[in-house]
Amino acid sequence: MTSGATVFGLCAAVAVGLGLYGLITNPQPLRKIIAFNVLGSGVFLLFGVVGRRGAAAGIGNDPVPQALVITGVVVAFAATALAIALLLRLFQKTGTTTLCSDVRPSACSDPSGD
Amino acid sequence: MLPAAAAPALDAMTSTGGFLLVLSIVVPVTGVLLAFILGDQYERLVACAIVPFGLAIAAAIVVALPQGNGPVVYVLGAWPPPLGIALRADGLSAVMLAATAVVICAVAAFAAADFSITETRVSFTFWILLLAIWGALNTIFLGGDLFTLYVALELLTFAAVPLVCLDGRGETLRAAIRYLLFALLGSVLYLLGTTLLYGLYGTLDIVLLGRRIDTQPAAVVAAALMTTGLLAKTALVPLHLWLPPAHAGAPAAASAILSGLVVKGSFFIIVRLWFNVMPGLPGFIATQLLAGLGGVAIVLGSVVALRQERLKLLIAYSTLAQIGYLFLMFPLAFGASGRLESSGALAGGLLQAISHATAKAAMFLAAGSIYATLGQDRILGLGGVGRILPISVLAFALSGLALMGLPPGGAYLAKELLLQAAAEKEQWWWAVVLQAGGVFTGAYVVLVLAHALTAAKEPITPDSSAPRIRELATLALALCSLMLGLVPWEAYLSIPNGVPSDKFGIGALFKMLLPLLGGTGVAILLAPSKLPSWRRSGWNELMPVISSVRRGSLASSAIVEAGDKFLRQWPIACISVLTLAALFGVSMLGAH
Repeated sequence: MTSGATVFGLCAAVAVGLGLYGLITNPQPLRKIIAFNVLGSGVFLLFGVVGRRGAAAGIGNDPVPQALVITGVVVAFAATALAIALLLRLFQKTGTTTLCSDVRPSACSDPSGD
Repeated sequence: MLPAAAAPALDAMTSTGGFLLVLSIVVPVTGVLLAFILGDQYERLVACAIVPFGLAIAAAIVVALPQGNGPVVYVLGAWPPPLGIALRADGLSAVMLAATAVVICAVAAFAAADFSITETRVSFTFWILLLAIWGALNTIFLGGDLFTLYVALELLTFAAVPLVCLDGRGETLRAAIRYLLFALLGSVLYLLGTTLLYGLYGTLDIVLLGRRIDTQPAAVVAAALMTTGLLAKTALVPLHLWLPPAHAGAPAAASAILSGLVVKGSFFIIVRLWFNVMPGLPGFIATQLLAGLGGVAIVLGSVVALRQERLKLLIAYSTLAQIGYLFLMFPLAFGASGRLESSGALAGGLLQAISHATAKAAMFLAAGSIYATLGQDRILGLGGVGRILPISVLAFALSGLALMGLPPGGAYLAKELLLQAAAEKEQWWWAVVLQAGGVFTGAYVVLVLAHALTAAKEPITPDSSAPRIRELATLALALCSLMLGLVPWEAYLSIPNGVPSDKFGIGALFKMLLPLLGGTGVAILLAPSKLPSWRRSGWNELMPVISSVRRGSLASSAIVEAGDKFLRQWPIACISVLTLAALFGVSMLGAH
């Protein structure tokens, strides 16, 4: 049981790392949003591991983290929806989805065609 | 493993008046739902009905608090923590609740005259979001466990982001998306820390956690992640990439809320975290690091503010500097026992937060009236506005004086308390930073006033006359900030050495001259715009000296501005987040 929890914990760490990397390096907002979701999934997985290990209370399978994860998932979903809605509006308004208008245009040209 | 009978009666039982805490959250949320149901003809009516009600509830909590011993508590569903959730109001929450209610009231009065004639979509969105922000902030001030605080923080962000892009221009939409994405990064880090803490201690209740927490490495990692995440949401330099465009692009009433209140939400959670959850964990170096960032924020924010061409951007950068000022209290509250203590420094920090909330909101509202009247807000084009909008310019001046630390303002009291603590702890370097902060504040206030009070170059034809109620709401808020020092804070905040009583004497007058005169000097040296002409008349023989010094200081301030631009790039800011988390982790680990 411990080893299973450890494997999931490592997966959570990998997801958090991937998400962070994506969030930092991807200039495109949509990819940033997806990276945020990967990052969030890692954190939720960690919540699952914490629940499986029974937290500090010594209970076999702690249900509280599950309740917290459900709430967290809802919050992350709402955040994603809001971000996508803003992005869509930006695209309708300006025809692009790039975020930096004031910096050199070459540095932040839309890399959608890579 | 569970400490038996650890939960004391006071923290785990609903106390008299506990229902007030629920009301203060439920009432604004009810307003949001009602406005949705009734549709876009009645949203102003709903908001105008809810706002006085909410103000009365905040007042009732403030009155109820000193009568009971200890905090006012409401335990939801009568399930005691750790399984249940408690709402708690201590002195800190009561003070923040009251300040929030006052600012919301003034902004609502301003906005009622502002959005009445514009398109309905903007008005509908604004009122709903205003109430939503109020509900979220009250939850933050009252929430008794870290996960409730997380949810409230997210609600606050989701309500604040659309306020940024209320007018729907591409530029403000970009600012909103950047704000949202960066805030999400911050909140994920906070959530990660929460997970770790739950895994370690099996509870997220603040009181229980404060008792159980120890200094094991995983707790330190959690503390570092949560602190950094919250700093990203508070926009402490170097994590400020989202703030200037977001706060400067929004309509005036929205900017006032964003700058005055929203950043205080995450700041308040940092205070809760460091003072209530883990006072023994951070250690000396981490507090110094936090205040060091604050010092950098003061210098960077003020210098860049002086270089802005637009009034709203100047105020937005001044917010950056003032946020830095808020973090100066942490090393000064660090006691000899190696723990953060709720002392005069904490009271000073919180007072600073409140006086900034009122004064900065008043500044943005005044700037909004000026923008609406002139049709632009270039600082060089402000000439003559003192004649057209005397009340708004007076409100701007008064809130500027309050921010500088003019007695009997809240910022004056805050500065005195912090200086007292600095002398007590023998950390003179923070006293220097505190004084410098006042001088820098003086600089950009004097700069704006100097331009606003000159005569107009060509006669101004106002686009529209500002309704009187708008200007009066602004003035009331500014006066409120200037009178904060007269409130009996001892009932709510722990002030061991007493409040400095000398509020009107010669000494107080002298203290006020330093930021004013120093600020004028700094403004002459660091503002790149041409000096207003009336200033030059008597200074002809000094001009060569001044202009050579000025050239040097302008060059250095250009470097600071370039640094600001560099730090505001997305990858740099994200890497700063990770670096800060690592620095906090290492410094906290090193303390034990």
